[in-house]
Parts: sequence; structure tokens; C-alpha cells
Amino acid sequence: MDDYKGKTLSWHFANGVVELALHRAPANEIGLAMLEELEQFVAALPVLEGKASALILHSELKAGFSAGADLRELYNEAQTMDAASAAKGVHAFLERIHAVLNRIDTSSLTTIAAVHNICFGGGFELALVCDLMIADKMARFCFPELRLGLIPGFGGIPRLKRDIGNGVVRDLLLTGRSINATKGLAVGLVSQVVAEGEALRVARFTAAQTTKFDRGTSAAAKQFIKPLPAEELRREIDIFCDLFTRPAVMEGLRKFVENTGAHPYLP
Amino acid sequence: MKTIEQTTDEILNLAATHFHFPRAELIATDDFYKKLGIDSLQALELLTRLENHFGVELPDYEVQGVSDFHTLATRIQARL
Repeated sequence: MDDYKGKTLSWHFANGVVELALHRAPANEIGLAMLEELEQFVAALPVLEGKASALILHSELKAGFSAGADLRELYNEAQTMDAASAAKGVHAFLERIHAVLNRIDTSSLTTIAAVHNICFGGGFELALVCDLMIADKMARFCFPELRLGLIPGFGGIPRLKRDIGNGVVRDLLLTGRSINATKGLAVGLVSQVVAEGEALRVARFTAAQTTKFDRGTSAAAKQFIKPLPAEELRREIDIFCDLFTRPAVMEGLRKFVENTGAHPYLP
Repeated sequence: MKTIEQTTDEILNLAATHFHFPRAELIATDDFYKKLGIDSLQALELLTRLENHFGVELPDYEVQGVSDFHTLATRIQARL
């Protein structure tokens, strides 16, 4: 399927490039609806890989690339069942999102995240599956999960560790602070920082460049330099699910859902 | 080295420009959340604009709880 228009995302293929646009208001929270449509995209990926060179992930929403996992959905769902069932549901969700993200991560296409404004938690983890990240100067990256008594669960730590120094990973993870695009460029997270509102346009130039190369060679180069940290990804699911069973997590989720402060991602 | 007054003035100019607020109505002791009517996303936007403008890093926890322009200026001043 070359084109798809869904409730949370859409994709379009033209001139050797697939563009996957996120558009689930208010801030591309990743819940069941987006997961299902990401699974549809992954199902369509083999055909797209046969004719495209690059994939661009971007957001159509002003709020930013993505605010991360849909914590309200997670909290509300968990309230309707006992703790064991909630833990089982979270585990199933993580298995599914990992399968999707691992597939995009290892796609033969050259993948580019065009990022603006907030790129937090699961949204940051989605951007991290891409080979290149092009950020506008208003982009902000953050792993706020520790405030909930959790670690990032969509593969963020292993993927960030694959890309940048462990000291920076610890800084982001253990303080929960956010960093801007310039800092992201300095630490090697971001490939290019561009003017406000220009990330998608620059990503299109970059994608067009990748169409000039032999696909087999590009895919081989990518496979060589960007191996999937499979064992750590598996461990991450186990650690996340262990932590999720603690009562502090539900309390953290409740506080987040009810928080109306300026920095809801900080404790 | 900028003075605290210069830093505060630049913050007020930046806030007025980007949040479309009359500059003359902003003063250092204003609660910017109330005065500008900004939400959590806009607070992050302000943080990013300040970092970009002054070329500093402002960890979120350092500005958490800060709500007036003058205190914000002291946090930035400490990193210039």
C-alpha cells in the first residue's frame, strides 16, 4: 500500500521516499490506536522497501514530534482491572511496540526523523529508531519515565546507548531533564539542527540524497554500523514489567494524569 | 559580562516578542505563567528560546518552581 490515511498517522510514497506523518492530537501520544496503525505500516513496509530508498518520520502537529506513551490511556485502562491483568496488558503492549520499532530500526530503507518541539519519552524512543535525526532548533528531548517509577520502555536506553556516550544517557535518564537540539547535536544524537519549522524540508533534501545510492549497498552499510541491541531490548522489557508491578507506579501515573503544572514530567 | 538588568531586559523582550505581549506591560517581578497565560508546552518553548538566545543550558529542575522573570534572569546569569 503506497498511501494510507489513518486516525493517528498516514503515509505517502513518492519519488523514492516514504513519508510517515503522525497526527494524533494533542501531541501524538502513543497508545493502542497508534500502535495498531504502526503495525499496519510495518505490514506494508516490505512492499515499500522494494521501491523506496528512504523513510521520513515526522509530525503534523504543532505540539511537536511526540509527547510519548499515552499515559492517560495506560492509567485509565489499569483502573479497570486488577494489578496482575494490568501488568499482563503492559507486557503485551511492550512486546507489540518493540516488534514494530525493531522492524523500522532494521528496515533496509535509510530512515530519518524530522523533529520539532517536544520529543519526549516514547516519542523520543520512536525517533531513536531512525538512522538520522534532523531537529529544528526548538526541538526538546527528554526521558521523564523515572518520575513515574519506571524506565523508558520502548527501547530508548539501548538505542540511545548505541548512539551516544553512556555519561549523557545517564544524565538524561537519572535527572529526567530535557535537552535542546543544539545540545543533541553536540552529543551526537542529532545529525543536523535547522531553523524553526524547517526540519521536514531539510529531511526531504536528505532523503533525496539517499536515492542516489545503490539500495543494496546502503542497506549493507546500515546493517554493519547499526546492529539491533536485541539482548538489551529484551532486558528492558523485563525490567520495565518488574517495576510496573510496584504500587508507586500507579501513584506516579495518577499524579501525572492529574498534574496541571508547568513541568508535569518532573517530580 | 551582562548585568542582571541587561539579562532581565533581554528575557522580557524575548517573552514579549514570542508570546505576542506588549513589552511595556512586562516587568521583572511578573509571574510569567499568569501574565503571559502560558501552559506547560509553552513553558518548554520559553525554556528553549532562552537557551538558544543566551547560548546556555538550563536544566528543567533549575527553573522548576521559578515563575518570575528576575529569578529566571539570575539562573541564566549563573551560566553565562
